[in-house]
Amino acid sequence: MTDQKLKLLARYPRERTRLLSLLHELQRANPNNYLTGEDLRLVADYLNLPLSEVHDAATFYSLFSLKPRGKHVIRLCKSPPCHLAGAWSLLAALERELGITVGETTPDGLFTLETTSCLGVCGVAPAMMIDEEVYGRLTPDRLREILASYRGEA
Amino acid sequence: MERLVKLRIDGQEVEVPEGTTVLEAAEAAGIEIPHLCHHPELSPVALCRLCLVEVDGRLLTSCNTPVRAGMEVRTATERVKRLRRLVLELILSDHPLDCLTCERNGSCELQRYAYEFGIEENRFVGPDHARRELPPREDNPFIRYEPGKCILCARCIRVCDEVQDRHVLDFAFRGFSTQVVTFLERPLTETDCELCGQCVAVCPTGALTEKERRFKGREWELERVETVCPFCGCGCRITLHLKGGRIVKVSGGYRGFRLCVKGRFGLTFVHREDRLKVPLIREGDGFREASWDEALGYVAERLLEIKEKYGPDAIAGLASAKCTNEENYLFQKLIRAAIGTNNVDHCARLCHAPTVAGLVAAFGSGAMTNSIDEILDADCILVTGSNTTEAHPIVAQEIRRAVRRGGTLIVVDPRRIELAELAHFHLRQRPGTDVAWINGFCHLILEEGLWDEEFVRERCENFEEFARAVERYTPEYVEEITGIPAALLREAARAFGRAQRGMIFYSMGLTQHTSGTDNVLAIANLALLTGNVGRRSTGVNPLRGQNNVQGACDLAALPNVLPGYQKLSDREVRGKFEAAWGVKLPEKPGLTVVEMFQAALAGEVRGMLIMGENPMVSDPDISHVAEALEKLEFLAVIDIFPNETTRFADVILPAASFAEKDGTFTSTERRVQRLRRALDPPGEARPDWEILCELSTRLGYPMSYRHPGEIMDEIASLTPIYGGISYRRLEGEGLQWPCPSPDHPGTPFLHKDRFPRGKGRFHAVEFREPAELPDAEYPLILTTGRVLWHFHSRTMTGRVEGLHELVPEAYVEINPADAGGLGIRDGERVRVSSRRGSIELVAKVTERVPQGTVFIPFHFGDQAANVLTNPALDPVSKIPEYKACAVRVEPIER
Repeated sequence: MTDQKLKLLARYPRERTRLLSLLHELQRANPNNYLTGEDLRLVADYLNLPLSEVHDAATFYSLFSLKPRGKHVIRLCKSPPCHLAGAWSLLAALERELGITVGETTPDGLFTLETTSCLGVCGVAPAMMIDEEVYGRLTPDRLREILASYRGEA
Repeated sequence: MERLVKLRIDGQEVEVPEGTTVLEAAEAAGIEIPHLCHHPELSPVALCRLCLVEVDGRLLTSCNTPVRAGMEVRTATERVKRLRRLVLELILSDHPLDCLTCERNGSCELQRYAYEFGIEENRFVGPDHARRELPPREDNPFIRYEPGKCILCARCIRVCDEVQDRHVLDFAFRGFSTQVVTFLERPLTETDCELCGQCVAVCPTGALTEKERRFKGREWELERVETVCPFCGCGCRITLHLKGGRIVKVSGGYRGFRLCVKGRFGLTFVHREDRLKVPLIREGDGFREASWDEALGYVAERLLEIKEKYGPDAIAGLASAKCTNEENYLFQKLIRAAIGTNNVDHCARLCHAPTVAGLVAAFGSGAMTNSIDEILDADCILVTGSNTTEAHPIVAQEIRRAVRRGGTLIVVDPRRIELAELAHFHLRQRPGTDVAWINGFCHLILEEGLWDEEFVRERCENFEEFARAVERYTPEYVEEITGIPAALLREAARAFGRAQRGMIFYSMGLTQHTSGTDNVLAIANLALLTGNVGRRSTGVNPLRGQNNVQGACDLAALPNVLPGYQKLSDREVRGKFEAAWGVKLPEKPGLTVVEMFQAALAGEVRGMLIMGENPMVSDPDISHVAEALEKLEFLAVIDIFPNETTRFADVILPAASFAEKDGTFTSTERRVQRLRRALDPPGEARPDWEILCELSTRLGYPMSYRHPGEIMDEIASLTPIYGGISYRRLEGEGLQWPCPSPDHPGTPFLHKDRFPRGKGRFHAVEFREPAELPDAEYPLILTTGRVLWHFHSRTMTGRVEGLHELVPEAYVEINPADAGGLGIRDGERVRVSSRRGSIELVAKVTERVPQGTVFIPFHFGDQAANVLTNPALDPVSKIPEYKACAVRVEPIER
């Protein structure tokens, strides 16, 4: 496990500017979409940075999590255009559908629900991202369909 | 030559060196600019925005804006004032207003500015007070953290990074939730934190405070006494803050705020209930309380009886590196003048006797040549036989800072000590093979032409003999002896040879060997050869272990010299002292520490007086020391606590601690500093100098001084290196000896134009094996040393709860390869035995020690490493070989 992670890191030069890339790599490699203490330690060792500084970066950026998350992370846009287009009712629908509130993970470990700032696709508001995939023109029905497709694959 | 820049601040013309910030320039001109995140010893970050000024109509943060020629700075325009007020209101909007019970009430910098700006109410209310609602954290022995009071100025983060070089703290999270935390918010004790408390010292608010001081007194109620830290030889000047006869907190330190965990948090031992408070006289198996008159009378009577019956040489005295200069002076005067023997020594015999012997032979003076504040400018630092981080924390801070500034660090130590992790070269020699690698360095430096020919020609002698001696120490030969790879030795020697300002630090790892004096001579050779003596940021720097071990040596608590290292054998010197003291002085050099105990066993020494030493933990082969003490006809001990040695006493005299008396200590950098009385001694305890005067008088040699200042005047009159020292001159920073006359400013570094002995002398020294080598029965080498959290025999630190908790018992470090072979697991109890005894302790399986070597900290009385150590002596300096003996480690039957 550690060896695999070290291999991932080794693809990058040992430069401080690579800190975020390295954290992303390790988070992506984790089936639970988060960074473990060991991950932070490996990165700190690799870049010769203090542990506290790596921890600083990992806790500052909301795309990183230090707690286990679901297999898929849903990020619903809460920026003004989406808000005006009814994102708040979609949030309620999502919470109902998943049985969790923002920041939580479904008991089956499939989804974690988060909100996000602007995704830059206001033309198709309201929008959300699941992992790297963007979904626009959302309605409660479409939401259910999308979630079902992820569930089916699992 | 630095360039000067002229600018105007508030209409006033100011001239400052290039690179100065606007804020510093203003301060230099006496103009105060409010600031919170700025700290003069830390890099500027411009986080708090309070130091805004107007420069040509633009707003700039003055703390990180360098001056420019012709700049027109205005620090107090209406606009600036309005904005500063806004900044303060914003900071205060997220700050609890519980000044009523805040420990920093009265010294809080935020409170001060809120008052100055008259901020009564706040226009702002934060939407979210995530940080403010966090509970205080006290999950370490000494520091209390209240996240709510943090103003995110990053002073703690910077001091931890830039000064302490730990970077344990950093910001985490964002927005209103931003906090200063450790990695994964762990307790400080689970990080690399050294609990130095510098974060507390620089915190502008009540976010970081001393746990111990809580509700013990408000800032304005505290009385302050400037004095000196009683632990190691760094000589930190500290301020005791007191209320109602108790130490509430400690501040000060190197550059005004830098201390280590012991100095800042480890002084509460003075208040312990188990302090010795009344004189005690042995009665049967126990002790009974006695009056001073009776106790002193009894001590005098018994000592005189022994003197009468067996002669003065049947009496011996151990003075103390923990006591003041004045007390050590009086002690040796008592032994020499009142008893009439030179049998006086102290624990310096067990640490730097080889330094005194070796450096006197090479240079003519046996002290640290240079000063702590020169470290930063050294471009190469060689540390050997000194776990500086744990034993001399302030020196280590400076070494780390020098390395951060680009200096090269070479560490030669069998153990992977903390500095080794930072070092460019870490050479792990087999214990006891130092002469070989040092000669190897010299060999290579000669071979590669990196030596300072001019310095050697002009200022040294006996070069040829030395050069011949190092000829055969080729890297390959050295590798064979020491185990240091030849290529690594070559590179490290080159780095030191090329240095412009090479500074050498060493300590017990070099001296505590049967080859101790040779090791020191070899180091002196290296410094002479490279011309690294007699200039700033160079030198041979033996780090002295105790607060006043330098002073105790200076004032001749040694059997072969008179104060100021004046030769006992010199008739003229003796004549001077005889005239001043009014007695005939014995000529025969006295016994050294280990010899005293051997003589006691042989029935030659019958009575002893011990002041503030604990040989039952600190001396080698303790079982023998116990026998010797047992055999004495009479033993009197002066101390502040009952300890392993007082158990053997016939009379115990209660002494005042460092906080309860006046005097001076001399630090490792030869700095004589004032110790000041801050508290009354507990019960009937009295300062050692008073006890000595009374005792001497009862021995028929009256001594009477009204104040230790008078003793110092006597010292100055007889001791050339202290000649210009008087209490009047010791306010503030103290004076570094030699200070021969009242107008002499003191000497930061020695040997500038000449050595005290004339020329620096090279010595041909050859490698000799340690006295005891591993064999089939005892296959491992034991080495001993200190840990950061404790001091010596723990008489003091063992009584500070927090320090005790951190390291409550001894352990043995053993390499995984050795542990594996013996079936020993980490954390398991094991038995360590040598030819002299055995102790049981916990095994710490770690690569800090190399294969074949084990390490035990020597602080612990019940698991005393010195039960195992070898009392074999260096023939010249009579230091025992603490740092190498053969042992066996075995699991305890489960």
